[in-house]
Amino acid sequence: MNITKQEVEHVARLARLELSEQEKDRLTEQLSGILTYVEKLNELTTTGVEPTAHVLDISNVMRDDLPHESLSQEQALANAPDKTAGHFRVPLIIE
Amino acid sequence: MELFERTIHDLHDMLTKGETTSEAITESVLARIAAVDDKVKAYITVTADAARQQAKDADKRRKAGDHASPLLGIPLAIKDNMCTEGIATTCASKILKNFIPPYDATVVSRLKQAGAVICGKPNMDEFAMGSSTENSGFFATKNPWDLSRIPGGSSGGSAAAVAAGECIGSLGSDTGGSIRQPAACCGVVGLKPTYGRVSRFGLVAFASSLDQIGPITKDVTDTALIMNAIAGHDPRDSTSANIFMPDLTKALKKDLQGMKIGLPKEYFIEGMDPGVDKAVKAAMQTLKGLGATLVEVSLPHTDYAVATYYILATSEASSNLARYDGIKYGFRAEGAKDLLDLYMKSRSQGFGPEVKRRIMLGTYALSAGYYDAYYKKGQQARTLIKKDFEEAFKVCDVIATPTAPTAAFKIGEKSSDPLQMYLSDIFTISVNLAGIPGISIPCGFTGENLPVGLQLLGNHFDEEAILRAAFAYEQATEWHTKRPKL
Repeated sequence: MNITKQEVEHVARLARLELSEQEKDRLTEQLSGILTYVEKLNELTTTGVEPTAHVLDISNVMRDDLPHESLSQEQALANAPDKTAGHFRVPLIIE
Repeated sequence: MELFERTIHDLHDMLTKGETTSEAITESVLARIAAVDDKVKAYITVTADAARQQAKDADKRRKAGDHASPLLGIPLAIKDNMCTEGIATTCASKILKNFIPPYDATVVSRLKQAGAVICGKPNMDEFAMGSSTENSGFFATKNPWDLSRIPGGSSGGSAAAVAAGECIGSLGSDTGGSIRQPAACCGVVGLKPTYGRVSRFGLVAFASSLDQIGPITKDVTDTALIMNAIAGHDPRDSTSANIFMPDLTKALKKDLQGMKIGLPKEYFIEGMDPGVDKAVKAAMQTLKGLGATLVEVSLPHTDYAVATYYILATSEASSNLARYDGIKYGFRAEGAKDLLDLYMKSRSQGFGPEVKRRIMLGTYALSAGYYDAYYKKGQQARTLIKKDFEEAFKVCDVIATPTAPTAAFKIGEKSSDPLQMYLSDIFTISVNLAGIPGISIPCGFTGENLPVGLQLLGNHFDEEAILRAAFAYEQATEWHTKRPKL
């Protein structure tokens, strides 16, 4: 299946990626190649086959809602590229 | 023999008898790193000071009469996608270059409890996406057997470090073959445990339904020893299985009487390296000679595994990697005009080409209008692949295959063609989709003196069967004792 450059631009926006023109051209070609390969799956009859999201028979693992030790504010902010007064600092969101 | 060349169990014996100290072993490993890592480039970070302190502590523990833990005082390397408190954990990505985790992954805290010395963080393909370690955001690791070749990937640094004697054992992670394929390329042992056997808490997520941590070691006994320390239920990982974990060293027996080993006809394909084919077929005869019965089995959906994987793994990755936004941790781009621009610029400058390619593919597969055609279809194909193994394990205990269709290829040989690179995982990927355990062990060399891996697969939570077969094979052969000259 061939994917167009416009589709690559659309998907890049969804994925929050800013691509150069060169990257867009390369990805248009490479993704088309990979998607063509993946179309192999259409050879399979999958009517009535349950999808597998996960191999283990585990769902909704619960624990008691008890307070326990967690990271301090200082630790939680330690890796932030920009911070101020105990908060993550970001560019202006609302004018 | 130098200390850095020895196995974990060998060093444990020496330590118990008082013939050496953890300090001496650690110094031997650090000196080896200093001598050869300029060539091999296995490590992103070497934690020499912390390792020396941990070695002193281990020696103190031993002096106080604590000999119980086989890992006490043993220098191990931890792939750089597992969180180590206070030590950079980069995933070989510029986006996490300065990330210092405030906590240890469960596997790391368990190794520390067992008294292991952490000697460093090996290189990998960025976010574990790759089969050659060429996708590292920092530098490529070289194969210690031939420095012009790749060490495999994504745990290429972990496997190269073990083969080169730059650690005694290591941890890797395996989403589609990332422990087993580099172990095969570097002539060492690598185990991907059953999904859910080892906690993923603190492992930076790539594809959460496929990722699993496991050991890379010089022999099968060492694999059992590391597994005994790291495996078992962890309440901090909701996908961790609450199931009995046996002492795996008890599974190591020298004969294979009564064991049925299945050979899947789909795994002996055209285009396979003749050196690999020859070594693996000879290994089958050795297994037979040890008392195993060889039976032909069929895994009819093998041919669809790579396509299934590259839909499901990239879909999960596109979701998991959405967290890298330049706000809470990691790289933030300069000069963004607003919040959206900050996300876009930080992600675009922080991620490398393969990571972007996979995020794009996954985002596309999950996007409106394509979900059923790709993601759902992939999940259904996954069911068929899983059922293939269920059927096969009705007639055999272990399945034997080559680990990879070729030995280590040349650096740069496949880097321009992503699809060719993906196909190097053709024999390992189904195992992650089915969630079963698999081990790669050395089984010979090609004509170019490159190691070949034999892959042994077991049913869910039956690591004992594959370790038994692997150990019996290892005891009957000498491949695991061969080391590269550096």
